[in-house]
Amino acid sequence: MTGVRRAWAIVALPVISIVLSVLVGSVVIILSQWLVSGTFELGLAVDAYASLISGSIGSFNAIVNTLTVAAPLILGGLSVGLAFKAGLFNIGAQGQFLMGALGAVIVGVTLREAAPPLAIPAALVGGMLFGAFYGFIPGVLKAVSGAHEVVTTIMLNFIAVAIVAGMVSEVLKVPASPQPITLDVVNASLPVILGRNGHIGIIYALLAAVGYHWLLFRTTRGFEIRTTGANPDAARYAGMKPRRIIVWTMSVAGLLAGLAGATELLGVSHLMTASYGTTVGFDSIAVALLGRTSAVGIVISALFFGGMRAGAPAMQVEAGVPADLVGVLQATILFFLVAGPVVQRVFRLRGVKAAIEDTGTFTRTYGGGESVSR
Amino acid sequence: MTEEDRAPTALEEPVEAEDVRAPALEMRGITKRYPGVVANDHIDLDVRPGEIHALLGENGAGKTTLMNVLYGLARPDEGEILLDGQVVDLTGPADAIARGISMVHQHFMLVPVLSVAENIVLGAETMRGPLFLDRQEADRRIVELGQRFGFDIDPDAKVGSLSVGWQQRVEILKALYREARILVLDEPTAVLTPQETEEIFAVLRRLAAAGHSIIFISHKLYEVLEIADRITVIRRGRVVAERSPTGTTEEDLATLMVGRDVDLTVDRGTSTPAGPMLVVEGLKATDDRRREAVAGVDLEVRAGEILGIAGVAGNGQDELVEALVGLRRPTAGKVTLDGVDITGHDPRSVYGDGVAYVPADRHRFGIVLSFPLTDNLVLTSYHRPPYARGLLRDDAAIRRTAVERIEAFDVRAPSADVQASTLSGGNQQKVIVAREFARDLKLLVLDQPTRGLDVGSIEFIHRQAVAKRDAGTAILLVSAELDEVLELSDRVAVMFRGQIVGMFDGRTADKYEVGLLMATGGRERAEAATGEAMA
Repeated sequence: MTGVRRAWAIVALPVISIVLSVLVGSVVIILSQWLVSGTFELGLAVDAYASLISGSIGSFNAIVNTLTVAAPLILGGLSVGLAFKAGLFNIGAQGQFLMGALGAVIVGVTLREAAPPLAIPAALVGGMLFGAFYGFIPGVLKAVSGAHEVVTTIMLNFIAVAIVAGMVSEVLKVPASPQPITLDVVNASLPVILGRNGHIGIIYALLAAVGYHWLLFRTTRGFEIRTTGANPDAARYAGMKPRRIIVWTMSVAGLLAGLAGATELLGVSHLMTASYGTTVGFDSIAVALLGRTSAVGIVISALFFGGMRAGAPAMQVEAGVPADLVGVLQATILFFLVAGPVVQRVFRLRGVKAAIEDTGTFTRTYGGGESVSR
Repeated sequence: MTEEDRAPTALEEPVEAEDVRAPALEMRGITKRYPGVVANDHIDLDVRPGEIHALLGENGAGKTTLMNVLYGLARPDEGEILLDGQVVDLTGPADAIARGISMVHQHFMLVPVLSVAENIVLGAETMRGPLFLDRQEADRRIVELGQRFGFDIDPDAKVGSLSVGWQQRVEILKALYREARILVLDEPTAVLTPQETEEIFAVLRRLAAAGHSIIFISHKLYEVLEIADRITVIRRGRVVAERSPTGTTEEDLATLMVGRDVDLTVDRGTSTPAGPMLVVEGLKATDDRRREAVAGVDLEVRAGEILGIAGVAGNGQDELVEALVGLRRPTAGKVTLDGVDITGHDPRSVYGDGVAYVPADRHRFGIVLSFPLTDNLVLTSYHRPPYARGLLRDDAAIRRTAVERIEAFDVRAPSADVQASTLSGGNQQKVIVAREFARDLKLLVLDQPTRGLDVGSIEFIHRQAVAKRDAGTAILLVSAELDEVLELSDRVAVMFRGQIVGMFDGRTADKYEVGLLMATGGRERAEAATGEAMA
C-alpha cells in the first residue's frame, strides 16, 4: 500500500462522515427555514456554514475562542481514547469532568488568596485527583465484579450532577448569596495567554496529548494497555494483569477528564453554580471516535468540534440559523462514524479502517466483561 | 407439495447411465488474484461422479481460495466452472448449494442447543403450509438418509450432546439433505480419533459408491493415500501434480507439497532424561463453567524428555496445562518445578522460573493479531531488560531481537513491522515458537503446537522441540494429533475425563491400543478383563 492509500484508509471514514453530516445539516437548515417561515432558500445553508467558519477561524478572537473551547475537548477526548485503547468505553467522562471541576473549585476557593504559583497547581491537582477517583470507581467495579463500565459510568454521571448540586448549595455556597453559588477562585484562575480570554488550558491539553502518545507507545504500561484492549486473553497469557490495568487505565482516564473540568472551571467560569455543567464529557466521546483514538487525531477533531461550538453564535447572528445546529452536526457525524460498516458498504470502501482501530475492541466492550474477569 | 415431490432424487439417479468418466465438476484455468499474490494460478481440477478426490497443499497454497471459488464466495478473475459439462456462474453459497455443491467445514456450523433434525433443516425447512414446519417429513428423510449411508441417527438428539464424530455426520447429513452431489470436506479428520476416522471413511466410501463426488482436503498424507481415488497437489497457487494413490508414497506427496525433500519421521534419537523437573501430584482444576475438568492428575516430566499427553480434545488437557502455567487456579494438588513448589503462582512468576508455554489457541492467547511482529516477538518478555529499561520500552532492542528471531526461526514475513494477522497460520505459530523457545528453559509446555499447520512448519517445530529436549529441557506435549504424540514423545500418557488412564513407552506404543484407551478410558479393557476372569 502506498502512503497515500494508507493515509486515506485512516481518514476516509471520518472525512466521509463529516461530509455526509454537512449535507444532512443543509437539509435540516433548509427544511426548518421552510417550516418556520414558509420560504425556501437553498442558499441559506451556504450562508450558515460560511458564518460558522468565519466565526471559528475568521479572526484572531475567533481563533482564540476556538482554542479555548477545544482545550477541554482535547483532554476529554484523550480520556475516552485512553479507555478505548484498553478496550473500555468510558461514557463517564462527563461525571469525571464535573468531579474535576468540583475538586478544582474546592481547592481554588480555599487558596483564592494564596500566591498563584501555589494556588493554580494545587487546584489543578485537586481536580485531577477528584477525576481520577471518579474513574477509579468503575475501574474497580469492573475488575472485581465484572460490572460493565458503560452501565456504571452512566450511573456515576447522574451521581456526579447530584454531588455538584449538593456541594454547591450546602457546603460551598457563599453565605450571603441568594443563589447557590461558590466564591470566585481569584488567584487560582488560569493565566490568560492569548487575546482577552485565551487561558493556558490549551497548552496543558497539547502537553497531555504528547504525554498520551508517549504513555501508549513508549512505556511498558502503554503496551500493557494496548494489549489488554486488543486481546485480554493474550494479555493474561503474557503475564500481564488485565484487572489491574483496567483499574489503572480508568483512573488515568478519569484524571484526564478531571483535568478538563479543572481547566474549564479555573480558566473560564472561575466559580461553580449548583447546576454547573457543560456537554464537554459527552462531546469527548465524539472527539475520540472522530480522532480514531490517536493523539493527533484527537487534537484535530477537538479543534474541529471546538471551532463549531465557537462559531455557532456567529452563525445564529449572521445567518439566523440556531446555534443548536452544531449539536445536529455533531450527532450526525457520530452517527455515521458508528455506522461505519454501513457507510463503507454504501461507498464501497474496501480496506478502510473502522472508527476504532480494532472493531473487536469496540464490540467486546459491550458484552465481554467476563473474558477479563474470569 | 412440490417440495416434497422432489425428495432426494439426486441419490436415486442412476449414475452408470452416462460415461462414468465424465466429470461431475470441472474447474478450468481458475485464476484468482489478491493484492500482491496470485492465490490460484490457472488451476484445473475435475471430479468424476463417485470419485473421492483429495486436494493436498500446504497452508497458503490456495486450497481455501479454490474452494471459496467453488462455493461462490469468491469470483475467479479467470477460468470457468462446469457442472456436468455446463458452464455455470456461481453467485454465492446459496447458488452453489442449489446446484448441489455442499461444504463440510473444519469447524462445524451447528447450533448445539438444537436437535439433529432442526440443525439439518435449518435454512432448508420442509414446510407444511406457509407457517408450519413439517417435522415428521423431515425426520423421516433424515432417518432414511442416515440408514442409506450406514449410520442410525436419532433426529431428536440435541447436537450439543453428540460426540465430535457424530456432529460431523450431522454436517454430512445436512449436505445430503440439500441434495448435494458434490461434497467438499475441509480437514474432516482433524478432530477425530483413529477409530472415528475409520468410521467416517466408511461413510465417505458409501457416499462415493452411491455416485456422490467428494473433494477431500487434508494435511494427513497417509489418510489421503488411504481414502482418495485421485490426489491433486497444489503449491503456491498452482497444480504441481496429479497422482493415483497406488504407487505413491507419503514421501512423494510431501516432496510435491513442500517443493523439496521432507523428512517425515522426526529423528527423535535417544533421550537421556535426568531427574524429575516437573512433578504434579493430585492436581485438580475446574473448567470455565466450574465443572471439574482435571480430576486428580499425577505426572512427572524429567529433564531431557518429552512426555506426550494423548487424548480426545476436551478431556481436560487444556485445563491441565493452564493450571500448570498459572492461567487457571488449581482447586487441589501440588505442582513442583525443579524442587520448588509453584502451585497457583501467576504466569509471570512461572515464566520467570524457567517455564515457557505455547498455547493451543494461538489467536486467542499466543499472539495479538493487530500488533506488529516486533511486539508479538517479545509479548512474554517485554517487561524485562533489554526490552524495557525501567518503565520505558527500548524499541531498538525489541527490533533487534525481533529481526534475529525472524531470521533464526525462518518466519516468512516481509518485515518485522507487519501485523501478525497478515501472516499464514504456520508463520504465526513460528513467531510464538521463536519467542518461547528462545530462552533457557527448565520446562516447555506445548499445547497443540502444530494444529492446522503445513508439513514444512510441522517438521520445523518438531525439530526445534527435539533440540530443546536434547539441551536438557523437560517438555510436556499435549496434542489431539495422536501421530504427533507417538512420533515425538519418549513417554505417552493418555488423558480421559480429567485423569491419566494409561502410560506407554513412546517408541513401542501401538497406535490402536492408545486410540482405544483415548476413546474409552479403559472401560472396555477393564470389562474385557473381568469377562475373561469370569470365563
